[in-house]
Amino acid sequence: MNYNWNWGIFFEPSPEGTGTYADMLLSGLLWTIVTALCSWVMAFTIGSLIGVMRTLPSKTANAIGTAYVELFRNIPLLVQMFLWYFVLPEVLPQSWGTWLKQLPNAPFYTGVVCLGFFTASRVAEQVRAGIQALPRGQRMAGTAMGFTVAQTYRYVLLPNAYRIILPPLTSEFLNNLKNTSVALTIGLLELTARARSMQEFSFQVFEAFTAATILYVLINLVVITAASFIERSVAVPGQR
Amino acid sequence: MTSTPMPAPTPGTPVAPAGQAPADSGLQAGNLIQPGTRTGETMIAIDNVSKWYGEFQVLTNCTTSVAKGEVVVVCGPSGSGKSTLIKTVNALEPFQKGQITVAGTKVLDKSTNLPKLRSRVGMVFQHFELFPHLSITDNLTIAQRKVLGRGAEDARKRGLDLLARVGLSAHAHKFPGQLSGGQQQRVAIARALAMNPVVMLFDEPTSALDPEMVGEVLDVMVELAKEGMTMMVVTHEMGFARKVADRVIFMDRGEIVEDAHKDDFFGKPRSERAQTFLSKILQH
Amino acid sequence: MLANFDFSVITSNLPYLFFDGMRFTLGLTAMAAGMGIVLGTLIAMARLSGVPGLKHVAKVYVELMRSLPLVLVIFWFYFLVPYIGAYVTGSPNPIQVGAFPSALITFTLFEAAYFSEIMRAGIQSIPKGQTAAASALGMNYWQSMVNVVLPQAFRNMLPLLLTQTIVLFQDTSLVYVLSLTDFLGAASKVAQRDGRLVEMYLFAAVVYFAVCFTASFLVRRLQARVAIIR
Repeated sequence: MNYNWNWGIFFEPSPEGTGTYADMLLSGLLWTIVTALCSWVMAFTIGSLIGVMRTLPSKTANAIGTAYVELFRNIPLLVQMFLWYFVLPEVLPQSWGTWLKQLPNAPFYTGVVCLGFFTASRVAEQVRAGIQALPRGQRMAGTAMGFTVAQTYRYVLLPNAYRIILPPLTSEFLNNLKNTSVALTIGLLELTARARSMQEFSFQVFEAFTAATILYVLINLVVITAASFIERSVAVPGQR
Repeated sequence: MTSTPMPAPTPGTPVAPAGQAPADSGLQAGNLIQPGTRTGETMIAIDNVSKWYGEFQVLTNCTTSVAKGEVVVVCGPSGSGKSTLIKTVNALEPFQKGQITVAGTKVLDKSTNLPKLRSRVGMVFQHFELFPHLSITDNLTIAQRKVLGRGAEDARKRGLDLLARVGLSAHAHKFPGQLSGGQQQRVAIARALAMNPVVMLFDEPTSALDPEMVGEVLDVMVELAKEGMTMMVVTHEMGFARKVADRVIFMDRGEIVEDAHKDDFFGKPRSERAQTFLSKILQH
Repeated sequence: MLANFDFSVITSNLPYLFFDGMRFTLGLTAMAAGMGIVLGTLIAMARLSGVPGLKHVAKVYVELMRSLPLVLVIFWFYFLVPYIGAYVTGSPNPIQVGAFPSALITFTLFEAAYFSEIMRAGIQSIPKGQTAAASALGMNYWQSMVNVVLPQAFRNMLPLLLTQTIVLFQDTSLVYVLSLTDFLGAASKVAQRDGRLVEMYLFAAVVYFAVCFTASFLVRRLQARVAIIR
């Protein structure tokens, strides 16, 4: 194979003039992490709400929850990204649309909102499954103690459901993190985008992608370690 | 219907018109458990209650009542509607026809604050239903604090007092998963009592237990009955019924077939269905 | 604004969108799913084989693929495949590989990791007694796998495999980053050319939704039927 390896490339200045190629990748990593965290906060909040709605005895709440999940699950993430970025400003009243288009860091905000709504549909499914996995008597016991519906969820159902779904939530968190790379299509300079620009500037394609790969693997390891730490610290004594 | 539901023959239980018992009857500060005085006040009045699951009728014109301080055992074959009936008392199961009045409050009334009503009605479940993520102490205090608005220290003191009453003080810091079934059920009884209930409902409290643990739970219940707690108990434990029940209600296919004083019930049940049931259950 | 929504830009480009775009998308999905399931099953068998080296290689492969974003993997193979081609054919220079084969290799290798996790669960769900019975009848490892274990595992996991295929169908839209003409790529090209982003992207969303919603509805029905038969 005729490929000229050059691992020193990372310490050469990037043509952007603000630092080395390594700095460029690290700034991408930072954007990946910030985008992932912000969108996760959104996804977790909305997803919990929608998931709870799907377990309420109300038909309306159920229908809204189901519609939400079906809508966001059945359209590819990339298409959703385009809808938020290209279509939304056009269908809003003109002044709002202009404001949106001129927003500094628009790719970041759009990416966060898009991933937040998208991942929320997946979190909702986990939350619903977690609540439905609890014995029916738990809800009854809460009700019988005089808890309102909200209190029954707050003090009885959710603390147990979240414990059950911690492992699948961890993998949704990681999916969300990986999905931030889709935002490169709307111009977010996250890790994959930076590796790609490094390849374009320097032609050292495999060094750039190897570095990005290693960084992704490292974040995965950190998240998995943190998740197992959380799992251990919230584990209830006496339960399998 | 093969036999009509009849009002209980005991002098303590005239089917009083609902809604007359003062709402705070028996609630005295300082007492762990309300002493019952057989005044004849009606604590629970179940009046002509019917319930359907879609087309299928699970309760048919059930009428009975429980007086203050009375212990009523409800028995019957599985699927007879006894668990459903007891759950209608605190509206865990909705019903479509009839009315139930608990300590003067109508259950089937839009203006009724159901959480408040339920907080005054203790309930013990077949599968205990302690909250697995909370310590025993927290299980005993959470509803006192969040529903009754008691201070943390008051709630804790009352919870631990009741835990001592069921003989489990040593386990206060543990979690439900670390206790045996019998111990969990005793905690569940203490948890219900911590709310100062005016009446206690038991839904097959011993049927999920290993046989060697049934006794410890029944002992707590006998104690409670002797102290005068108003109790409605769904159970197959006929020994318990003989010992402490005032009346026995026999249900079959959603109907109250027999509602009699304990001695009459065990002496000579009038209905054939009750006789068959008793002969089956007492064989062993 | 939606007031000047132009349907004609959709209708006049339907042949291009479906005969060029959707055919690429469906072809890629079907072939990558087929090959991915076969490869995934082999990887699952390797992981469960207990053969020290093999087991670990399979595990590292699956974990690596699952920790990388698909977009990065698409870039990786886009640049890597020509070199692998050169290595295989002994050519001194990277070989030009067509867009479709390159995408097919990428999605097959990537999705195989996910399919292998499903098949691993499927194989593990078959009671030990089944392999014991097969051995007792004189079958060797491959015979018992092919005749006894895999058919049952495949059948039990069919709903999950199909759901993953729907995910794959959605994921193929990411070949956009290589400027290939899949369904979304076609829609995007029309959108850019005619300045009709609103119409084309909304139409693409509606089509994807209709296909995925229908497909997942059918999978749920299949799941219900399988659940009853078992």
